[in-house]
Amino acid sequence: MNTALLESLRDALAGDGREASIAQGLVVVELAADALLATVGKLKAEHAFDLFLDVTAVDWPQREPRFDVVWHFYSTRDFVRVRLKTRVPADDPTVDSLIGLYGSAHFMERECHDMYGIKFRGNPDLRPILLYEGFEGHPLRKDYPKRLEQPLVPYRK
Amino acid sequence: MIVNIGPSHPATHGTIQIVAELDGERVVRTDVHCGYLHRGFEKECESHTWHNLIPYVDRLNYCSALINNFAYCETVETLMGIEITPRCRYLRTLFSEYSRLADHLTCVAASLMELGAMTAFLYLVTIRDYIYEHLANATGARVTYSYGRIGGLANDLPAGWLERLAEILVQYEDFVGRVHGLMDRNRIYIDRMRNVGVLTAADAVNWGYTGPILRSTGVPRDLRKDTPYLAYSELDFEVPVGIKGDNYDRYFVRMREMDESVHMIHQLMNMLPEGPVSVDDRRCVLPDKQLVYTEIESLINHFKLVMDGPQVPAGDCYAAHESANGELGFYIVSDGSGTPWKVHVRAPSFVHMCGAHRMLDGYQLADIVPTFGSINMIGGECDR
Repeated sequence: MNTALLESLRDALAGDGREASIAQGLVVVELAADALLATVGKLKAEHAFDLFLDVTAVDWPQREPRFDVVWHFYSTRDFVRVRLKTRVPADDPTVDSLIGLYGSAHFMERECHDMYGIKFRGNPDLRPILLYEGFEGHPLRKDYPKRLEQPLVPYRK
Repeated sequence: MIVNIGPSHPATHGTIQIVAELDGERVVRTDVHCGYLHRGFEKECESHTWHNLIPYVDRLNYCSALINNFAYCETVETLMGIEITPRCRYLRTLFSEYSRLADHLTCVAASLMELGAMTAFLYLVTIRDYIYEHLANATGARVTYSYGRIGGLANDLPAGWLERLAEILVQYEDFVGRVHGLMDRNRIYIDRMRNVGVLTAADAVNWGYTGPILRSTGVPRDLRKDTPYLAYSELDFEVPVGIKGDNYDRYFVRMREMDESVHMIHQLMNMLPEGPVSVDDRRCVLPDKQLVYTEIESLINHFKLVMDGPQVPAGDCYAAHESANGELGFYIVSDGSGTPWKVHVRAPSFVHMCGAHRMLDGYQLADIVPTFGSINMIGGECDR
């Protein structure tokens, strides 16, 4: 693991309301939701983070704001990963979409929208992907009961 | 005209639906729908102990379940600050490569069969079946092994296992050699595969491709080389890449990767150190059965580990292994209790489906089957 590289990345990404640290071999940046697009643009243009790995959310029902939205990126030039984290409230869980920067964001944002109800501003296609049309609720939210079923066709008695 | 291909179609293994807009025989636009195998894996994970999840992660990529096991265990171990024993490190590497071999054999065999190459299919699944039986001998199961443990492995190798491994690798050379002879310069095969489903390197990176598909476009990115984990930094191996990123390159990259895996297994067989396979850490590894029966501390320890599970410190962690399909990442969040707060899988197959239309659009309807076969979509990890 290239510690010097990670440290320089951490220093480059800190500031402007962003907090950067190093944890388990990747750079973790906590930022405000409105700083997302600018930060990701900078990551891609200046630091060669060309592979968008993943977006997901973490639900903390007792906390305000309730959701963490977490992105992972990988640089195929420097072989390092960076994690972006932001917090969004339950009444308006909206973040900017990254489909303008990475094609792979399409499906992963759809999945995150399915599972947590996070809205991605600028993604026109947030149809259900792992769930089906007409599914109510967001199953990975902690208040969705694990055993609740929503069969499309009623079960036979 | 709009044609539905799948979800119940023999070539859409693992149930996927491709809605194709056609102009004659040419595919103009495709919309890929997945989720037919969604079974709430991530939700289910949140109500079990960390150890109980190992059988679940088996069922993500069921063609190479051991790689899932090890990637998951390593993520939890990283959060717990556990360093596995040397023997375990080499064994996990060996089993990972052995699984990759089985996975690539499955993928290549299935995609050849879909083009009518039944003989090549039988050659490849014959050798795969030797591997399955052989893995069953070590782990007790043919497909879903549940062999990894947080802090080690379920058990050490049985007697004579490495001798049989050497035999199988010889038979592998024989059978795969025959498939090379049947397919590589086969006119029909080349016509169906060359310049079909072409993906450029820039497209592949933009659409999040990793693994053999990314390498088939000529990008030599492989986590085993770039961010070495387990014992990969000590092994001699090459990263095969393609030239055009078409179906033929994806076939050939997988065939070459299997040879590299065999080369690595040969090295690992000579490098295996003696010693325990599990760490001596009572936070996650069960105490010796003899002690459980004779002293109260071990009995309590055993009970707590089974009932409450390993206590993972609060925090989050992302770790990734190069699985047979690409970057398999686990993002876990622990709140310090015995059950996971969140387990998220970065499944390569799911990401690959997102950009699948880049390989399907503009080609013939009949090309969908070989192109889709060369992506090696595994429903278990795609839909979770």
